[in-house]
Amino acid sequence: MTLKDWTLPLIVLAAAAVLAPLPVVAGSYWMALLVNILMYATLATAWALFSGPTHYVSLATAAFFGLGAYTMAFLGEKLPLPLVYGVAALIGAVVATIVGLSTLRLSGVYFVIFTFGLAELVRQLVTWGEAKYGGTVGRFVFIDVTQQGIYWMLLGLLVLILLTGFAIQRSRLGWALRAIGEDETVARHAGIDTTVSKVAVFVVSATFMTVVGAIMAPRWTYIDPSIAFNPIISFQVLIMALLGGASRLYGPILGVVPLAILFEILQANFPNSFSILLGLAFLVIVYFVPNGIVGLIDQGRGAFIRATRRRPHPAE
Amino acid sequence: MQPLIELHGVSKSFGGLRAVDRLTATIRRGEVVGLVGPNGSGKTTALNLITGNLTADSGAIVFEGRSIERDGAHRITRAGIARTFQLVRVMPTMTLAENVAVGAMFGARPCGPAEAAERALPLLARVGLAARADERAASLTYIDQKRLELARALAAHPQLLLLDEWLAGLNPTELKEGIALIASLARDGLTIVMVEHVMDAIRALCTRCIVMNAGTKIAEGTPAQALADPGVIKAYLGDDDDA
Ligand SMILES: Nc1ncnc2c1ncn2[C@@H]1O[C@H](COP(=O)(O)OP(=O)(O)O)[C@@H](O)[C@H]1O
Ligand SMILES: [Mg+2]
Repeated sequence: MTLKDWTLPLIVLAAAAVLAPLPVVAGSYWMALLVNILMYATLATAWALFSGPTHYVSLATAAFFGLGAYTMAFLGEKLPLPLVYGVAALIGAVVATIVGLSTLRLSGVYFVIFTFGLAELVRQLVTWGEAKYGGTVGRFVFIDVTQQGIYWMLLGLLVLILLTGFAIQRSRLGWALRAIGEDETVARHAGIDTTVSKVAVFVVSATFMTVVGAIMAPRWTYIDPSIAFNPIISFQVLIMALLGGASRLYGPILGVVPLAILFEILQANFPNSFSILLGLAFLVIVYFVPNGIVGLIDQGRGAFIRATRRRPHPAE
Repeated sequence: MQPLIELHGVSKSFGGLRAVDRLTATIRRGEVVGLVGPNGSGKTTALNLITGNLTADSGAIVFEGRSIERDGAHRITRAGIARTFQLVRVMPTMTLAENVAVGAMFGARPCGPAEAAERALPLLARVGLAARADERAASLTYIDQKRLELARALAAHPQLLLLDEWLAGLNPTELKEGIALIASLARDGLTIVMVEHVMDAIRALCTRCIVMNAGTKIAEGTPAQALADPGVIKAYLGDDDDA
């Protein structure tokens, strides 16, 4: 690998080093906002690992996030914490493998609808299972993880997701995913095992989402299926990733920061019309920034390069 | 010469329509075979069955002694069969070099991204697109996209190359270049099956011709023999409904 290949990972690590001490200075309001931003940054970046290159739009984020949160709610007081995160990751990976194998033969809009249905199905199953075997629907989560702890874990996870993304992009697997996004028939005829490639990265992406759920659960003290599997989570992640632009690994983060703040303000001030405002934000973004902030940056850079190239060199 | 690929009674229906009907054919190593016939006679479907883009309803396809009729397209490509599409298909937002590199990376001689990038350039040169290696495939004309498709297919290191009307739409100069290119591939030892309507190209390139009509093979032989067959003439005149 050349020096250039290391630039982005080094920027990621440097940025994380700058962000790591924030909890020392931030008050509790700001900590809550930062944790919220990090939660969506990890989810949206994990989402884009798979959906970015393949253009398969998944609405299953809430399903995996909720599975992670529920794993923590059930096991958090029974097992050591690191083990709970491991179990959550394993559950996410297994469910994603099953879902991936059964759905990734679908294409386009069928995949979107199926993933959305999946999130609802998992929510219903958990509700039923909790009532039958847990005696209640909804439970308190008394686990001793501080706001700072959550922040640091999410920050570490974000770094891990980004580094994983870099590694995938540089590998044959990353090329396979891009080819699938361009034209799946061509990809198959080029010799790419499209099913294996898609399932592999869907599983990686979903596993990260599940761990985010497990990390976040202690923040709520009480969770029930409608909180943990809230479909709004899937839509928010989608909107944020679209605003930022999923064609670059760092793209979704650019969409998360402004929207997490905006949604926070909207939710605080217009709790009843939040879904409508969310839909409105969606329309505005798709209409005005179809390629995301990343697309605007690329456009701007292209225009700059063309402008500087055209200008005759003074020495000539 | 030993057979490279054999089709034994291969059939494929779409609803009630028998697009390919008990097709039997043998292609030997080093041959350039023309697959001709009127529109809708099942030529593209036959290529789709060979490459695993479609699965045959019945019959067997044997490539280098191994049955491939149940294999997926990616396995068949890795086994050594590459193709171009009648309706050209490129990866539009990738550069030309990237399109070809993907072909090299996952084909019959798989390699990593760095080596694939190196292997792509000479192939782009061979189809006359080296100067545009860093442009996006979408910016090419239809004809140049066809050239790019051929480079991508060659990057997979195939033993059998299937061309679906690759010469269609070329002007006389381009046609001459195209024929010369295919001839040079044949000289390199590549076995080629070409679906083609351009009869001059068939006569110039093909050692043998298979004529299809309504899903079945109606004639076979040297281009001169096959195209002079009374049944073939009748099929081309569109008189294929009655006996
Ligand atoms: N995917 C498909 N679905 C339904 N019918 C098809 C499909 N592909 C081809 N056909 C039909 O099968 C017949 C053979 O088509 P094709 O193989 O494309 O012919 P050719 O390439 O010889 O012009 C045509 O009648 C065509 O309409
Ligand atoms: Mg055809």
